[in-house]
Amino acid sequence: MAAQVIVVTSGKGGVGKTTTSAAFAAGLALRGHKTVVIDFDVGLRNLDLVMGCERRVVFDFINVINGDANLNQALIKDKRNDNLYIFPTSQTRDKDALKREGVERVLDELKKTFDYIICDSPAGIEHGAVTALYFADSAIIVTNPEVSSVRDSDRIIGILSSRSRRAERSEPPVDIHLLLTRYDPDRVARGEMLTVEDVKEILSIPLLGVIPESESVLRASNTGTPVVFETDSSAGRAYVDAVARFLGEQREMRFVKPERKGFFRVLFGRA
Amino acid sequence: MATGTLVQGALFTVMVVRAGMLRDPSFEHELARQVERSPRFFRDAPVVLDLRNMPGFETADEFLEARDLLRHFTLALVGVQNAQPAQLEAAAACGLGSFAPTAAQPARAPAQPAPPAPAAGQRARLVTQPVRSGTQIYARGGDLIVTAAVSPGAELIADGNIHVYSVLRGRALAGASGDAGARIFCSRLEAELVSVAGRYLVSDQLPADQRGHPVQIALVEDQLTITGL
Repeated sequence: MAAQVIVVTSGKGGVGKTTTSAAFAAGLALRGHKTVVIDFDVGLRNLDLVMGCERRVVFDFINVINGDANLNQALIKDKRNDNLYIFPTSQTRDKDALKREGVERVLDELKKTFDYIICDSPAGIEHGAVTALYFADSAIIVTNPEVSSVRDSDRIIGILSSRSRRAERSEPPVDIHLLLTRYDPDRVARGEMLTVEDVKEILSIPLLGVIPESESVLRASNTGTPVVFETDSSAGRAYVDAVARFLGEQREMRFVKPERKGFFRVLFGRA
Repeated sequence: MATGTLVQGALFTVMVVRAGMLRDPSFEHELARQVERSPRFFRDAPVVLDLRNMPGFETADEFLEARDLLRHFTLALVGVQNAQPAQLEAAAACGLGSFAPTAAQPARAPAQPAPPAPAAGQRARLVTQPVRSGTQIYARGGDLIVTAAVSPGAELIADGNIHVYSVLRGRALAGASGDAGARIFCSRLEAELVSVAGRYLVSDQLPADQRGHPVQIALVEDQLTITGL
């Protein structure tokens, strides 16, 4: 099967793109697929922190694009899973350093050895974000159940539909999926947050998964562990479900109804 | 082999700018704002300079300056109107044409029916995919038909009518070149702004009982009227 390029994007900042890129990459690797996750947020890199490899970065994406280093010198193998690789980006440069031909060359080379290539997009709709989505075969639109996020997601979907390489060449369109993150069923029940149905109706793209708001995400970030490796985290389990659905399996949507807290849960509490 | 006529007649809608406005500093600011909001509508649009009661403009340089100023806003100066003989001569030296004086006074209300603008046989433009936020569609010279949802932040513009057989959440501007007979039809009105030939209503001004319903929007005696379908 040909390698697939997946872009994780949103338009809006701070909704969970990097968390999702890390979780998805780890999730696919756990399922046995050789996966690389690339940081496109040049100048504001976070993927290396979230993946826990910030102390092993020597060469980066921009070095390889410019020919200063080769792929093997820049790729970092994850210590927890042999199938998982991280491709960090430069912190000292900015998004102007992303040259489209260079990115294409790098992706073509990666396609020879990897099953899945995940592009962690920066926020916004400018050069960085457009370059990240340009070569995508699939897209995961990370959206919070909140009006600004939904508006920005709609914008980035419009850009995906018109400015990706597939759109420019009139090839079959990018496969676009919705991932609702930071979902809090209690707040939805109180009318403080948009419902899954609200967001689905406005964006009109198929729902890949709903990731509940979870304290484990912050913990995972700070310890450099993709949240799927935390087995008792609801967010982690939701990401595992989302990966399964992406791979074509049927999974029931969990974590969308308010939990009926049992007596002991209320007493002792749990994230 | 058929011999066609050398020169054919055609009707066009052209924007008219009063020459005096070019000297007004707020004009540039306002024009920049308009062009930024609807760049495709204004790109390379022809403009005629109205010289009625305008002193000066008797040298080619002044016309070249005017042309460059308008070009900066992506507009194309193509001619003059109501010019004195000396002004006409200078304009002609720059290759500008002389347009017959129009009846419309610049100060008149904008709901002025334009000469029939659409070229004969122009088909309606059909859009079947959702129109996403930030997308602008301009159906030049004809109608626009959309059969999917129009997101907030999207803009539909047509010289003719606009039909949205779905929910309209963005902006719809019909009769964009001045056709006051143009109408907007939609299956569900949740628009941010609706306009016919320059007259507009924003979301707040839409009658509450029409919101969310199938409606038709038309200019009746210069007022935008919304009636249920």
